[in-house]
Amino acid sequence: MRVVLDHVTKRFADVTAVSEFSATLEDGELVSLLGPSGCGKSTLLNMLSGILPVSGGRIYFDDQDVTGMPPEKRGIGLVFQNYALYPHMTVMGNICFPLETQRVPKAERIERANEIARLVHVDMLMNRKPSELSGGQQQRVAIARALVKNPRLLLLDEPLSNLDARLRLEMREEIRRIQQRTGVTTIFVTHDQEEALSISDRIVLMKAGVLQQNDLPQSLYNEPANQFVADFLGNPPINNLPGTVEDGAFVAADGKARCALPMLAGVENGRNVNLSVRSESFVLDENGPMACEVTRVYQMGKEEMAYLTFGGTDFRAYIDSEEGLRKGDAVRLSLKRRGVFLFDRETGERIR
Amino acid sequence: MKKNKQKPDRELVDRSFLARIEPYLYLLPFFLGIAVFTLYPVVNVVLMSFKEDYSYLTREFSQWGLANYDKVLSDPKFAQAVGNTLKYVLLVVPISTLISVIVANLLNQKLRFSALFQTAYFLPMVTSVTAVGLAWKLMYNKNFGIINYILSFFGIDKIPWLENAAWSIPSLVIFGVWNILPFTIILLLSGLQNIDPQYYTAARVDGSGSLRIFLRITVPLLAPTIFLVCIVNTISCFKVFSELYPLFNGKPGPFYNLYTVVYYIRFAMMENRKYGVAAAAAIVLFGFIFVFTMIQRVVQSWMSARKR
Repeated sequence: MRVVLDHVTKRFADVTAVSEFSATLEDGELVSLLGPSGCGKSTLLNMLSGILPVSGGRIYFDDQDVTGMPPEKRGIGLVFQNYALYPHMTVMGNICFPLETQRVPKAERIERANEIARLVHVDMLMNRKPSELSGGQQQRVAIARALVKNPRLLLLDEPLSNLDARLRLEMREEIRRIQQRTGVTTIFVTHDQEEALSISDRIVLMKAGVLQQNDLPQSLYNEPANQFVADFLGNPPINNLPGTVEDGAFVAADGKARCALPMLAGVENGRNVNLSVRSESFVLDENGPMACEVTRVYQMGKEEMAYLTFGGTDFRAYIDSEEGLRKGDAVRLSLKRRGVFLFDRETGERIR
Repeated sequence: MKKNKQKPDRELVDRSFLARIEPYLYLLPFFLGIAVFTLYPVVNVVLMSFKEDYSYLTREFSQWGLANYDKVLSDPKFAQAVGNTLKYVLLVVPISTLISVIVANLLNQKLRFSALFQTAYFLPMVTSVTAVGLAWKLMYNKNFGIINYILSFFGIDKIPWLENAAWSIPSLVIFGVWNILPFTIILLLSGLQNIDPQYYTAARVDGSGSLRIFLRITVPLLAPTIFLVCIVNTISCFKVFSELYPLFNGKPGPFYNLYTVVYYIRFAMMENRKYGVAAAAAIVLFGFIFVFTMIQRVVQSWMSARKR
């Protein structure tokens, strides 16, 4: 099912949690709603589920306007952050419960519950109570309960945040597998960029209730729309070198160090910018434009993480360990084409 | 050298001895109160129940024995008192539990004026049963009472609430339920507030209506609290007395028809001066309450074991 958000806004008493949010999510996609805590992503999810009414804008499921529709009529499956499995019911009871309210006959309920339980691999736990399950198993049951009624849209609210690191890896693969098997359009809320990058078809990145970028995972990383997107994605975080532009050259914050870059051609003089470079986009190059000094070097196996300074600003770069850099070395670097961006320092907007 | 070494040691021992008895010193005043007003009477009642022909004034008795128990258990009045008490328990406990489950659910909603409702419902708790009982007596008055006045609007004839043996039970039960509601509601309300609201959200998203949510989610999750409330109320209803006393001018019902166990004990003691019989009846009542308390403990540990 295609989901269209048209200028969706949510205002609470004195804060605007989601502001003029417009996006289209295609049928069968797994979309991550990504953003830091408090950016309004859960609010947006609750508006999609119908738990929270919108303050403005419209929501369409395919061509149907569902803006004012109560949650139970929307045909959604919802997985809560802490699963919200009914503690007094068995796994079977939990999975059957949504069908019970749809007045599905008992035999069919049990059959469908067993079928979905096999899909999420909890079929051998049907008689257990939620308290007798591990976190990962509870998660699977919660997904089964959300999927058993064949929802048009599956909503997952930070589904992995209550799991330990290893289970988190396992469950995110599982969510991907289950989503691909069922083909249900899925929206997945997370604040973890790695989670979002690894399993989504598309990432919607939010900040303070405002859509930043709605794109493919690799595009978000390779072509960030603004400074926030560039900062939010990537580990280690992107290096931001503050400076100004002078005659097609970047002048660092200290006003002395400068380097000529082809990408600066056409940028007006005196503009305050950040030269933002991913750590993997530096290359040691005797004829490179950037003259830097090495301040620290860490061994990281095949590569070394070098801490360098350029014009008074420290930054990190991955360097091939065969180069044998040492603290205090003066080196020259050039920049790759990928992973190098220029942002306006005041507005954060990308300068192309 | 040795002396110097030993001295601080002894100080340490002394201080730790003081430190050891210090908490008991703080507990002593309260313990004295308990001992004088609770422990001694309890022991005394147990002993008294086995003393035959006991005279409270002279403290003389003919012999140790079970004659008091024999008297109590063969007394048709005591059988009537037990019957009345059981009737009271079986009416008040289910009715008050049912009403308070519903009221607690309403109070748990975010209603307008909910503070007003809460005050209204909890008011009986801070009032004296006897004083309120006198007010109820006026409300129950056949000719001038507000209850019959209101019923007259519905074309219902004057009901002899307190004058008729058949009506005296419902009037006692209504007052008893009203009196017990606040405490019951508080317990249930705290039970309700322990239920994660996400269960309700989850059930609503799954298309459950309010009634289904109430029956399939709220009540099962509240079951341990409901059970606790039933037992606490059963125990307190077994001891029904102060609800009865003001309604019927200190008589147990209009025709002495509403003897309860506690009334029987009081009567045996104050009117008949049969202290041994009263003590034996008290021990029998204790037996009833003890059995219910045990049931509660067993079922509750079974419930919490099942939850895990």
